Amino acid sequence: MTAVVKLSGATKQFGGLVAVDNVSFEVQEHQVLGLIGPNGSGKSTTLNLISGALPVTDGDIALRGREITGLPAREIARKGVARTFQLVRLLPSMNVVENVMAGAVFGHRRRWGASAERHAKHVLETVGIADKARSHVSQLTYIDTKRVELARALAGEPEVLLLDEWLAGLNPTELTEGIDLIHRLRDEGRTIILVEHVMDAIRSLCDACVVMSSGKKIAEGSTEAVLSDPEVIRAYLGDDDA
Amino acid sequence: MKRGDLSNLAWGAALLVLAALLPLTGDGYLISLGVTIAMYTVLATSWALFSGPTHYISLATAAFFGVGTYVTGAGIDHLPYWTLLPIAAVVGGVLAALVGLATLRLSGVYFVIFTLGLAEMTRQVVTWYQNKTGHKGTYVLTDLTDNDIYWQLVALAGLVFLIGWAVGRSRLGFALRIIGDDEDVARHVGINTALSKVALFIVSGAVAAVVGAIIAPRYVYIEPSTAFTPMLSFQVVIMALLGGTGRLWGPLVGVIPFTLLWEAISSSFPNQTTLLLGLSFLAIVYLLPGGFVGLWDRVKHRSARRRALA
Repeated sequence: MTAVVKLSGATKQFGGLVAVDNVSFEVQEHQVLGLIGPNGSGKSTTLNLISGALPVTDGDIALRGREITGLPAREIARKGVARTFQLVRLLPSMNVVENVMAGAVFGHRRRWGASAERHAKHVLETVGIADKARSHVSQLTYIDTKRVELARALAGEPEVLLLDEWLAGLNPTELTEGIDLIHRLRDEGRTIILVEHVMDAIRSLCDACVVMSSGKKIAEGSTEAVLSDPEVIRAYLGDDDA
Repeated sequence: MKRGDLSNLAWGAALLVLAALLPLTGDGYLISLGVTIAMYTVLATSWALFSGPTHYISLATAAFFGVGTYVTGAGIDHLPYWTLLPIAAVVGGVLAALVGLATLRLSGVYFVIFTLGLAEMTRQVVTWYQNKTGHKGTYVLTDLTDNDIYWQLVALAGLVFLIGWAVGRSRLGFALRIIGDDEDVARHVGINTALSKVALFIVSGAVAAVVGAIIAPRYVYIEPSTAFTPMLSFQVVIMALLGGTGRLWGPLVGVIPFTLLWEAISSSFPNQTTLLLGLSFLAIVYLLPGGFVGLWDRVKHRSARRRALA
C-alpha cells in the first residue's frame, strides 16, 4: 500500500541553519500522525515543506506515490493537502460561510455556487458552528475562529489534513471540545498530520508519532512506545531527568 | 439567474440609456462635462475591478491611457478609426500582462512605485522616439464630434459594468477577494494568485487604453506630457476611493462630485486643483475609509440595528 504522504530525506536550510535535517517518514491512509518535539525542533517547518509554503532544500516529498516536491502551494493544495496555520488566518472581509467556501471552491474537490455553499454549511455542521454561518469572523470566539479555519481546510475534501498546533491557546473547556472534534475527524477515517504540544491530545489522538529535535528525527513509532523512549524524554526534559 | 440580478441589469440598462440621451440637450458645455465624467467613470470603474478586491494600488492608468491615445495618433492616417479601438485594447492588454507578470509578485508599496515609474518610463520612451524622428507631437484629425466620443464612452462604460458584474459572480471574482484578504491563505486553498491578478490587471489596462484611443480625437494634438500625465493616474485613484471600491457602482459616485468640483475650481482658481486632490485624499483617509459606499453601508447598518432594537 502506498503511503498518503511520504517524506524521503527532506531537508530545509535557512542560510547556515539546518531547520529540517534529512527527515523521512510516512503517513498511511486513515492514520493520525503526531509530529512532536521541543520548541524550535523543526516541526512547523516540516509541515510548511509538505504544504509547499516553503520549498525543500533537498529530499523528496510524495503524495500517494506522486512527487509534489518543488510544486507551488496552490498545486499541492489542489492535489489534496489542506492545512491550518499556527496563528489562525481567516479572511477578515468575509463571513463564516464564505471563509469555508474558499476551501470548497478552490480546494482538492472543487464546487461552485449553491453546491459549494451547501457543502460549506455541511462542513460547518461537522465542526459544530452551523448556527454562526452568517456571522462576521470578527464576532467569533477564539475556538470558533479555529473551527472556521478547520472547516475551510476540510471543505476541499483533502487527502491529508495538516494541523499546526490547532489546539494551542485554548482554555481547558475549549481544549476538551477541541480534542473531541479532532477525535470525530479521526473516527471518520481522515488522514491527519498534527504538530502538537498538548500531551493529552497526542496520547488520545495519535496512532503514531514522529519526534524531532534540532531538525532531526530522533524517534518514530506507536505513540505509547515513543513517549516512553528515554531519548525522547531527554530531548524534552534534558539529561538530568532522564 | 436570480430575480435580483435581473432587476439590477434592468436598472443598469435604463440608467445607461438615460445617460446616452444627454447629447439631445444640445448644450455644448454639458456634453463636454459629460465626456469628462464618462471618461473617468470608465477609468475609475475598471481600475477598481482590479485594485478594489486585491488592494493593489496601481498608478499605471496614465501609461495605458497614453498608449491608447498614441495608437489612435499613429494609426488614424493609415487605418479606419473603428479598427484602432480593438488594437488599443490589445496593446494595453499586452502591456498590462507584461507589467503584471513582472510586478505582481511585489507587494504593497513596491507595486505602487513600480506602476508610477512605468507610466513615467513609457512617457520618456515616447518622447525620446519623437525627438529622434523630429516631431514634438501628433495631430489627430477626425470628424468625430464630442457627441460621438460621449456615446462611445457610455457604451464602453456599459461594457465595463457588465464585465464587473460577471467577474463579481465568478470564481475569479471570489479568488480576488480572497487574495485581497490574505494572499497566503489564497495560495494554500489552491488559488493561482498570479494568474488571477494578471487576468484582472489586463482587463483594466485594456480598458484604459481604449479610453485613451477614444479620447485622442478630442485632444486634436497629442504630446507625451498630456497623454501620459501622472495626474490622470492620481485622479482615477482618488475618485475610485472617494466613491468606494466595495461596490461596482462605487467609483461612479466618486467621479461625479469630484469632476463637478474639479471643473468649478479649475474655472475660477486654476492653480488650486492640486489642493482639491490633496484635500480629497485627506477626506478619504480620515473621514471616508470605505468611500461614499462605505458611508452608505454604515448608515444602513445603523438604521437597521435601530429598527431591530425598537
